[in-house]
Amino acid sequence: MIRETLQQVEVLEKQMAKLAGERTPQAALCRRRLEDHRRQLLQRCTGLSPEEKVFLARHPHRPKIDAYIHAIFTDFFEQKGDRQGKEDASILGGIAQYKGRPVTVLGHRKGATLAENMKYHFGMPEPEGYRKALRLMKQAEKFGRPIITFIDTPGAYPGMEAEEHGQGEAIARNLAEMSRLTVPVVAIVTGEGNSGGALALGVANRVLMLENAVYSVLSPEGFASILWKDAAKKAQACDVMKLTAQDLLEFKIIDQVLPEPAGGAQADPQRLFETVDRAIGQQLEELCRLDGNQLAAQRYQKFRKMA
Amino acid sequence: MPQLFKRVAMDGQLARKSVGAGGSALPWQPPVLEACPKCGQKLSRGRWAQAMYVCPFCGHCRPIGGYYRLSLILDHGTFWELDEKLNGQDLLHFPGYSEKLALQKRKTGLCDAAVAACGKISGIQVVTVVLDSRFFMGSMGTAVGEKVTRAVEYAARKHLSLIIFSASGGARMQEGIFSLMQMAKTSAAIADFSAKGGLFISYLTHPTTGGVTASFASLGDITLAEPGALIGFAGPRVIEQTIGQKLPEGFQRSEFLQQHGFVDQIVPRSEMRATLAQLLRLHNKEEYGA
Repeated sequence: MIRETLQQVEVLEKQMAKLAGERTPQAALCRRRLEDHRRQLLQRCTGLSPEEKVFLARHPHRPKIDAYIHAIFTDFFEQKGDRQGKEDASILGGIAQYKGRPVTVLGHRKGATLAENMKYHFGMPEPEGYRKALRLMKQAEKFGRPIITFIDTPGAYPGMEAEEHGQGEAIARNLAEMSRLTVPVVAIVTGEGNSGGALALGVANRVLMLENAVYSVLSPEGFASILWKDAAKKAQACDVMKLTAQDLLEFKIIDQVLPEPAGGAQADPQRLFETVDRAIGQQLEELCRLDGNQLAAQRYQKFRKMA
Repeated sequence: MPQLFKRVAMDGQLARKSVGAGGSALPWQPPVLEACPKCGQKLSRGRWAQAMYVCPFCGHCRPIGGYYRLSLILDHGTFWELDEKLNGQDLLHFPGYSEKLALQKRKTGLCDAAVAACGKISGIQVVTVVLDSRFFMGSMGTAVGEKVTRAVEYAARKHLSLIIFSASGGARMQEGIFSLMQMAKTSAAIADFSAKGGLFISYLTHPTTGGVTASFASLGDITLAEPGALIGFAGPRVIEQTIGQKLPEGFQRSEFLQQHGFVDQIVPRSEMRATLAQLLRLHNKEEYGA
């Protein structure tokens, strides 16, 4: 249902774009009407089912990590490479300033166009990507920079080379090392967070999630194909997996749900960035009161308590 | 003296539990002859047991149960189980999962897919955890994650070495996000144990995949593997679907992993105990007066 609504919204947006250049009173009136209609449509997108949330979480126009970095941080300096032989572009990371304080920011990069999607493996990192992420995080620890990670991935890349280079080991190493970092770590699930591929950037002091983001042990398709040998039973999987932010908050897997604009993050990115910005500021302020050992202990206890 | 009696009783318990842990789904129905699943050669049950369930013709390692494996490596009379009654739970109220759990418990006599124990190998006290692939494919849900974590923390507290035998299909789907979080929990526990100077030997057996490979199983100071075991993160079927071609013979097997630098030694089952004893000896500080 949300699919159809968003299609209608898109048609309206196209019409509005056509009228944008015209300065006649009729055009202005028309624009206002279209805008009202668009707002009404978007406001109808409430009470979404888990499957609709999965659809929104994967929406091609959903803001990507580059947009978050651009909007929330300044002075971004990208760091590439794992220093062991490869650069995996499906993870974007570097140093930036957040309200005048240097931080390390990194996360999965999906890309906005199909060409970019292909280049970045749709945000599915290989072991080298996780090793780069770990290198950046260890460096952040050395210089006392807080770490902010953005999670949006279908999972770790299931390829031959990835296996040869130790996908499992790379993820495991990240989990182990992240648990002991002595700087604040805030993770934000912005889109879909699937499997160990997502968790490898998610062992944080605070885990935040956008309202329509999803976080789960596996993609609903993979889940259905493992349990019922049928990837087409995705809708059924979405219903039983408890992958929405609201469910996970209840389970205390995440700490905070960040509200999205009506109709999803892509409908009004600017407002979303403000929300995320505020949340990061708040969490960092709290976490920066703790010293290194307390931060590591808090993180350990947080995951230790999970069932 | 009472301590001794207790130990003997415990050992009787291990003997009872390890009976018939031959890896078949219904271990208490003894067929006269059992064929090797790989080469098809038939052997009597006695011969299988003698060979530790490794086919003498083709070297195929049949899966063995957790208690049985412990009975192969621990010194007689030293077995002492940890957190014996830690049961799997249905936290998501997943349709049909409670019934399946109950059925698996009845079939295997296990509480969940892991057995943790304290015992001695060649006189050196260790903590061991064995994943049992008969129970839900050895998949890691909250019970397995908790048991592993408690065992690691126990080893850290008591300054003991830790040996984990992995055999797992990965995260347990029915426990959803909680299963995923066990990866972080167990890895964090291992990291803490490691920082305190503990020795962790990870022994990979068939199959070790998914969330177990991507957590504690890959974090050993020493990594050993059973010959021919499937070890990887993504399952072969998923990789084949992604790349659109068949995988080469031997892909993701122990030997392949060793070639790529992820396994120290491939250790056959018959040498398992001796190798572990050697490693423990080499790390025994008392012996070297360190």
